[in-house]
Amino acid sequence: MRKGLDVNLKGKPAEEIAQVKCPGEYALVPDDFTGVKPKVVVKEGDQVLVGDALFVDKLHPEVKFTSPVSGTVSLVERGDRRKLLSIRVKCDGQQKAREFDVNQEVLPLLLESGLFGYFRSRPYDVVANPEDKPKAIFVSAFNSMPLSQDFELVLKGQEQEFQTGLSALAKVAKVHLGVSAKQTVKALLEAKDCEVTIFDGPAPAGNVGVQINHVSPINKGEVVWTLGAEEVIFVGRLMITGKVDLTRTIALAGSEVRSPKYYKVLVGQKLTTLLDGQIENNAHVRIIDGNVMTGLKTTAEGFLGAHKTEVNVIPEGDDNAELLGWIMPRLNEFSTSRSYCSWLFGKKKEYTLDARIKGGERRMIMSGEYDRVFPMDIYAGYLVKAIITGDIDRQEALGIYEVAPEDFAIAEFVDSSKLELQRIVREGLDILRKENA
Amino acid sequence: MNALRNYLDKIKPNFEEGGKLHAFQSLFDGLETFAFVPRTTSRVGSVNIHDAIDSKRIMSFVVIALMPALFFGMYNVGYQNALAAGQLEQATFWGMFFYGFLAVLPKIIVSYVVGLGIEFTIAQWKHEEIQEGFLVSGILIPMIVPVTTPLWMLAIAVAFSVILAKEIYGGTGMNIFNPALVTRAFLFFSYPSVMTGDSTVWINQQSILGLGFTAPEAYTAATPLGQAATEGFSGFDCATIHDAVMGFIPGSVGETSIIAIALGALLLLWTGVASWKTMLSVFVGGALTGLLMQATGLTAIEWWHHLVLGGFAFGAVFMATDPVTSARTEGGKYIYGLLIGFIAVMVRVLNPGYPEGMMLAILLMNLFAPLIDYCFVEANISKRAKRAINK
Repeated sequence: MRKGLDVNLKGKPAEEIAQVKCPGEYALVPDDFTGVKPKVVVKEGDQVLVGDALFVDKLHPEVKFTSPVSGTVSLVERGDRRKLLSIRVKCDGQQKAREFDVNQEVLPLLLESGLFGYFRSRPYDVVANPEDKPKAIFVSAFNSMPLSQDFELVLKGQEQEFQTGLSALAKVAKVHLGVSAKQTVKALLEAKDCEVTIFDGPAPAGNVGVQINHVSPINKGEVVWTLGAEEVIFVGRLMITGKVDLTRTIALAGSEVRSPKYYKVLVGQKLTTLLDGQIENNAHVRIIDGNVMTGLKTTAEGFLGAHKTEVNVIPEGDDNAELLGWIMPRLNEFSTSRSYCSWLFGKKKEYTLDARIKGGERRMIMSGEYDRVFPMDIYAGYLVKAIITGDIDRQEALGIYEVAPEDFAIAEFVDSSKLELQRIVREGLDILRKENA
Repeated sequence: MNALRNYLDKIKPNFEEGGKLHAFQSLFDGLETFAFVPRTTSRVGSVNIHDAIDSKRIMSFVVIALMPALFFGMYNVGYQNALAAGQLEQATFWGMFFYGFLAVLPKIIVSYVVGLGIEFTIAQWKHEEIQEGFLVSGILIPMIVPVTTPLWMLAIAVAFSVILAKEIYGGTGMNIFNPALVTRAFLFFSYPSVMTGDSTVWINQQSILGLGFTAPEAYTAATPLGQAATEGFSGFDCATIHDAVMGFIPGSVGETSIIAIALGALLLLWTGVASWKTMLSVFVGGALTGLLMQATGLTAIEWWHHLVLGGFAFGAVFMATDPVTSARTEGGKYIYGLLIGFIAVMVRVLNPGYPEGMMLAILLMNLFAPLIDYCFVEANISKRAKRAINK
């Protein structure tokens, strides 16, 4: 794969894993599980174990979302029109876990333990529907976005869990594992019970959607499921111990982090526990739950999102008064355009980019900008136009079933018209899903 | 510079909703974003970092790329004036340049004032930001008309094209035809006598503010292309071609010098602002058609003369590559370019009335660009549909 773009950002994580103490409060945020209508099944004050359901999907009550910690439900947070924002659990520090019977079939076990909620399905990039018969399950073992987690490091010491997870998934559907050409670990290259495909190329080659498009593109009426590589380890742990263990090794990275490194945390961890002492006091920064490309802006009081494998911190930049940007050389700015100088400095130079859009929103003026960094057999610009105009037939014809918002992240980065492609695609998928329901 | 920033921040509330100067919000916003990079940061749910490129930067680089051709064009206006007056020996380089500068400057001003005035008004009316597209069109227009075009005609033509070729479609990025070319086409069809041919339009023969010369008697000079069309190949020789490459021939202000255009082309291609696919295929298309015409005996003009005479090179470099009105699919760009080259030379050779075909070729292909794209996109669609059936 040649299309794509690697952005070299400052603040890459060191290969060092730190532990954090039990921070008191954890939260599960239903919005992280796209497409789910949450129904709370606990009350404030209830005692829960690790693996006890906190909420379920109203339409498919068998899809449960379970607690990462044991303790007391401290808050069921609701917003406007009683929208469920989060369920918080005060951790008791003992991590008492519910035992599951691992001798049953895989799918019911995944549903019961809450791990099924981590499966996503294409089309629509939403939480999978257990009634679907997926043609395959795709797992990408690497993340190609800047400042992202290095899965090889995470995998160290968990190879057995990973393989057990893959073998369990193989009982549900055929498993495809996407591996980067840079990865050398045997546990990935020689993984059993799955088909290993090696991908070489710049971001977004690590996006599972790109890999699906190259291995076995989705046709209308077909469904594939996707699962994060670390979530395969969750499944493996469950199969081996009978307990749910949502421990992740996430990367805390970015130019504004004092010493970027990895942390062992649980899903739903409060971010203050990571960020304490890692950010300059009063620094005007943007804390991102997830990756700089795809993650959500949050605060230090926020919680680690369910699918997130990193937390990035970059300057916000809205206090920056840069003069005559349309003509200045701007040596410290990164651009794929040679009207800036970043081509002079090669790929070694690390950039500190802030959160400014650096331009005004325009109509699509330049042509072929998206296609340069969109390594799928899809006319990205035309698809985006079809979504903007709400032409559903045309979206289908142009391949909307194959894409997820994250696949447009790099295109959104390079777009000179500054359109919010990920948002446009997400809204398009939501509308399409409603229409097709 | 902080003082300016602070001042802008201080007066900004006046222009916002409810402020007393709200009617000028678009203008203020345009000037503010011109002076400073906008501070807007990305919203939740979109990419957190962005490439530094934006449409202001892109349009600025096109304008910079046009500068060599513009400055040479100014010099050539003076040169042609001196030549017409028979005073070439007395003329100095700077004298000729400033003469041309004074002849061209009013056109640039009229073009920008009329065009940007309409754009600003419409932006304010629609509560939008000012779009940068006219920065390029506004400089292109004076460069593709004869130097003697009356200013009032230019003003009418600019207003016509900005409103009817651009804004009614929704502004920059939505238009079908290249606004600069529509301006020229409007002038061409409304006032043919001042736009074409063997008359005196190509050379300014009056002195301006004491600079330049007044030609002793009405001096007529056709463009070499015009000569070739009326008199055949005998009309010009090697010296003319040499002059055409250098740019010392009569013609529209910016189109004459191949060398100046090539400098602009290099910048556009190097920065990736213009597509090399489109540009190259226009030249290939023109050359092939020229060869064909020569081989079949329809014309005596050497095939490569087509590429250096008239507006061919200028059109290929600056007009055909307009991303909005050209084909948007990568494959489509080759076909789009080839057809422009083909039609331009076809019109030149086979049309008895008018020697130039580039403007009409590009406008015609503007119309067909969506069709070309349609074929490429449909191919992708039917491939996807077939994949679904074969499963």
